[in-house]
Amino acid sequence: MIHILSRIRRTGCLSEPLPTPDPSESEPTAIQHQLHAVFGRALCIRHVDAGSCNGCELEIHALSNPYYNLEGAGIRFVASPRHADLLLVTGPVSVNMEEALKRTYEAMPEPKWVLAVGDCGACGGIYGANYATRGPISEVIPVHAVVNGCPPSPLAILRGLLHVTRHLAL
Amino acid sequence: MSSDFLDRDCVPLPSNVAAYCFVADAHHWASAAVALGKAGASLLALWGSDDRDHDRCLRVRATYLLPDRVVLVEHAMPAEGAVYPSLTPCFPVAERLQRAVYDLLGIRAEGGDTRPWLRHGGWPPNVFPLRRDVSAAQTYPLVSAPYPFVSVVGDGVHEVAVGPVHAGVIEPGRFHVSVVGEKVLRLEERLGYTHKGVAKRFEGLAQHDGHRLAARVSGDSTVAFGWAYCAALESLTDTIPSARAAALRALALERERIANHLGDLGALGNDAGFAFGLTQFSGLKEQLLRHNAEVFGQRYLFDLVVPGGVARDLSIQAIATLLGEITEFERAVHELRAIYANHEGLQDRFLGAGRLTPDQARRLGAVGLAARASGIARDLRVDQPREPYDRLEPVLAVRLEGDVAARVQVRFDETLESLRLCKLLLETLPLGVLSIELPAAPAGRLALGVVEGWRGPVMVALETGPQGSIRRCHPHDPSWQNWPLIEVAILGNIVPDFPLINKSFNLSYSGHDG
Repeated sequence: MIHILSRIRRTGCLSEPLPTPDPSESEPTAIQHQLHAVFGRALCIRHVDAGSCNGCELEIHALSNPYYNLEGAGIRFVASPRHADLLLVTGPVSVNMEEALKRTYEAMPEPKWVLAVGDCGACGGIYGANYATRGPISEVIPVHAVVNGCPPSPLAILRGLLHVTRHLAL
Repeated sequence: MSSDFLDRDCVPLPSNVAAYCFVADAHHWASAAVALGKAGASLLALWGSDDRDHDRCLRVRATYLLPDRVVLVEHAMPAEGAVYPSLTPCFPVAERLQRAVYDLLGIRAEGGDTRPWLRHGGWPPNVFPLRRDVSAAQTYPLVSAPYPFVSVVGDGVHEVAVGPVHAGVIEPGRFHVSVVGEKVLRLEERLGYTHKGVAKRFEGLAQHDGHRLAARVSGDSTVAFGWAYCAALESLTDTIPSARAAALRALALERERIANHLGDLGALGNDAGFAFGLTQFSGLKEQLLRHNAEVFGQRYLFDLVVPGGVARDLSIQAIATLLGEITEFERAVHELRAIYANHEGLQDRFLGAGRLTPDQARRLGAVGLAARASGIARDLRVDQPREPYDRLEPVLAVRLEGDVAARVQVRFDETLESLRLCKLLLETLPLGVLSIELPAAPAGRLALGVVEGWRGPVMVALETGPQGSIRRCHPHDPSWQNWPLIEVAILGNIVPDFPLINKSFNLSYSGHDG
């Protein structure tokens, strides 16, 4: 136990302040307050991998590491679409995931938002559309905002989440 | 047929490893498999191609991995009623591969399971999308049909079905678990949800662009796939990247291994209720990724490996940064390993869970990390060391227990070994050009690129077309071999241990689905 406590003490607090949505704006705490005002300190996200290469998933995972500390900002991943405010979707939509993606979207209560993460989700990426993929997420369900990148950095995804909460959810 | 044919009838094949090709009729296709099985080979990959435009034939190809070489066996058959002998009697892992070959090309293996594997209703049953007369732009409406899972009946048996969308940030797949009380009687996986038609997409790309798609077959193995693709293309054009480029590729590959192992070690701690482990290891992983971004301009090293070499060089300052990181990581990993080892609650969950015995692993054809945790001492970096591994003398990590604890230990051993390799690479980084321009590869040639990724051996088979085009490219992820292992390792375990056991293998869905 002493080793665990010692390690925790030496590691210290790694969490960084929230980023601003774009360079011209500041006051990350103000964003956080808005977030809390809208969602009562709980923006609940459901993630669906609709066919990604898993690169975007790695970066979404990274959001939960101590540096980005997503939960500290009042944003968390939930186990059912019925509990979610926002759907985070990655990948070009594979035809094999088309139905599951639609059903997940339909299961979410209103009001609901969809954030497409990664170049594939935004425009189909390197895969495009073929017999096995439908291309961008917006081909299958409504999309409110996109985060570009292959894969987008955790900071870019975080900015995307804050953008949705600031500009769409208010 | 004895294994003499390996020396007698095989011709060398362009590759970055020792590879040989054997052209077989139906009889020899089957007998070669028997001989190779007896010689201790494991099935590396199985794929088909449509060559009707050349010789009115469809082809299946299988590659086998022996400690000192890769053997490719090729069998052509007339397009009408194309059937070939199944490899499942010798190599059970061939079953899903054969179903996938049928879904994409309409070439049927004799006998065995005929349920679709990659086709979930996204294209009609009489359309075989990898055939050359199917346009790359052609799409079809979804006609979904229920998948006939094998049901288990009996007193008190019930079924738990999960997926394809999981509760968490995970790739999609479906698992049917038949349970009595809390014990698992049977697990059946259904995969293919992220099938993106990668092979068809390759055919629309130029040879010098294909590495970008290869790098996106499975994002967590981007370096391994990128390297395997480039190695195949380079072997066709007799290009040998500079010693510096080879060293930087190896550095990237080992950093990919470290990043994934650190992530898994944290997630495994978390799945066993030890959140401290996740915080610590995910913090270390983030540090590594930030250093990657700082020195290579990319957190996950996408597109760092390019045909002819690498895209970015390391400055003296960057080398110092990475060496400093290694010293810190070695200390942290040793410290955390001791904490894991002395944590009774954690070890109680790890020890004995999800056991895959060495005998089962051999019989099922396990490869890579999971195989090494079940006593199979195979690692391409050690078995067939190519530059720069020939001068690094990597040490193989192997355990006999085959349980979650063994897979954790192999990850710890490999992380520390990879840190040592990175240090050696950075201290002895040779001079040389970053990349060489490749001459155009001749049309109608086939080459293999094989690289030991963090999960296991990654293979890319590349067939060239005229004017720098790709005729056929088949990427293979070791997850194909290792997904069926979980169906065996879970038996007799309790349902709540499934996430932990699944994570201890941490297989790729995208790499498998293609």
